[in-house]
Amino acid sequence: MTGSSSTAVRCRGLVKRYADVVAVNGLDLEVIRGECFGLLGPNGAGKTTTIEILEGLTEPDAGEVEILGTTWAREGDRLRERLGISLQETQLAEKLTVLETIRLFRSFYRTGRDPEEVLARLSLDEKRKARVGKLSGGQKQRIAVACALVGDPEILFLDEPTTGLDPQSRLELWQQITDFRAGGGTVLLTTHYMDEAERLCDRVAIVDHGQVIALGTPAELISSLQAANVIEFLAEPDLDEAALRVLPGVTGPHRRGPNWALPVGALAQTVPLLLALIERSGSRLVHLTTHRATLEDVFVAHTGRALRED
Amino acid sequence: MSRRSSPLLELTLCRAKEFIREPEAVFWVFAFPMLLAVALGFAFREKGPDQIPVGVVAPAGDAASRAAADRAVTTLAGSPVLLPRRYEETEGREALRTGKISLLVEMQTPPVFRFDETRPDSRIARLEADDALQQAAGRRDALQVRAEKVTEKGSRYIDFLVPGLLGMNLMGTGIWSLAFSVTNARNRKILKRLVATPMRKSDYLLSQILGRLGFLIPEMIVLVGGGWLLFDVAVRGSLLLLTATCLLGAMTFCGMGLLIASRVETMEGASGLANLVMLPMWLLSGVFFSSERFPDVVQPVVKALPLTALNQALRGVMIEGSSLTEIALPLAIVAAWGVACFAVALKIFRWR
Repeated sequence: MTGSSSTAVRCRGLVKRYADVVAVNGLDLEVIRGECFGLLGPNGAGKTTTIEILEGLTEPDAGEVEILGTTWAREGDRLRERLGISLQETQLAEKLTVLETIRLFRSFYRTGRDPEEVLARLSLDEKRKARVGKLSGGQKQRIAVACALVGDPEILFLDEPTTGLDPQSRLELWQQITDFRAGGGTVLLTTHYMDEAERLCDRVAIVDHGQVIALGTPAELISSLQAANVIEFLAEPDLDEAALRVLPGVTGPHRRGPNWALPVGALAQTVPLLLALIERSGSRLVHLTTHRATLEDVFVAHTGRALRED
Repeated sequence: MSRRSSPLLELTLCRAKEFIREPEAVFWVFAFPMLLAVALGFAFREKGPDQIPVGVVAPAGDAASRAAADRAVTTLAGSPVLLPRRYEETEGREALRTGKISLLVEMQTPPVFRFDETRPDSRIARLEADDALQQAAGRRDALQVRAEKVTEKGSRYIDFLVPGLLGMNLMGTGIWSLAFSVTNARNRKILKRLVATPMRKSDYLLSQILGRLGFLIPEMIVLVGGGWLLFDVAVRGSLLLLTATCLLGAMTFCGMGLLIASRVETMEGASGLANLVMLPMWLLSGVFFSSERFPDVVQPVVKALPLTALNQALRGVMIEGSSLTEIALPLAIVAAWGVACFAVALKIFRWR
């Protein structure tokens, strides 16, 4: 494996098996320095196992990992100095205050940022004397990111950084990630929110069953679908799939909640045909919307399943 | 960019702050042993020898034997050991049967002593009552014996108890503080988060130990100082040696705590293991009564327990005023346990 200086993270053929399940099944990745790279996939796709292998926390059963041109075996201790990590649902000592926690983490790194400055950057300075156990979910997530940033890392690993956060906290965290990148940092994050991936990531790897099933910029991934648009509708009584499948221009109709979602090439061609079909079937149209295809549709196109089945 | 402070110092300060901010932990380390000492100290405080209750009856019931029985009560009351009381005959038998009195004296000719020979206090009462009645009846002793009573400092129960409580506290604090703190950190994935930083693992483990040792001096002051102030329990040996012994004991039980916490994932698991380890020592290691009382067959086991050895060393320094060489063997046993526990704990420790 040859690491070029422009590569931040590279892995090849990663495999990790647990007792009854193969979590990662031959996964390859390359993250370029300075980019924000997203691992997008449903829960259980192997995202966390993958990122923890890359972080040197989990030993893979097979495969190679190269971080910043070196490996965990060769220079693990030095690598730790250069990475900032936020685990999925990072927990910190509840009895310590925010400032004490950040100072503790700062002390582990030879070089790093001023704890007060990091807190100010993450709008936590008002909470500096508050116990970690008393913080809200959004504040806890921010202090987790603060702990990752205080060592002034070259790469930031974020495992589901915004899961469970309110919209305001999500936006704030996105801003922090954008700021970090503005300073030349590389970000590798996992998420199961397609909007997060589309908004933050330069490139996205869609992961399912421990493998990368699609890779590219969000725009590339979306335009790779023959169908650039999606019609979503609900009719009563419901139509059956066979009738939808034969509609001209429709590829792979699928359920999205109670609705049907029809990926289509040209809206102007398909919408009138669909309305005519509903009319002929004696159904009543409850609602119909159309939108540009998203990463969600990319995922569906590759797997036949929705990204978040909730 | 900013300057960093020492990670070991920061970790230790954080550990100490976590401890202080846990009011329950502070209670168990400082207040509980003192309360225990006070309670036991009062229960076993100095007082005159116990008096043995004795009943006197007049079975014949006539005036002469009643008068003899009344006289016998007066005579027996002259003994410092006996607490005589007059009973009607059936009452007296009942009191003896139920253990209210240890001896029943039936005043007839000749007088009869009724008692259970297997009860030591009954046998003492019999001897004392016999002696008093014989003397009252005019016996002259052939040999005059002078009795000298001893109440030496250091021989009281509280003198025995305070070093035992100190040992017990060193064990409890060492084991609980390490086992709970480390297990909690693993259970909540704080350990995993920490090893994702450049933190040196040895710094983390050392800070756990230093955080605990930081409370050693206050703990000693509370127990030894409290014992001295409240009960006049003196330290006869060197205070330095006592401190060194406590330090060694604290380290050993830190090692044991670390061993308990080396793999266990839940607080319940840690708690169960800690109790499993400590319970035999509470019972066998001579905290509340001398471990010598256990049968000879189990003595090798009892003596090999770290708390037995620590208590022996602590009592040596505090009560006997022993020197380092005199307590070298128990100290070696304590140290051996410490080294073994740390070695195994570090070998099998799981960081996630």
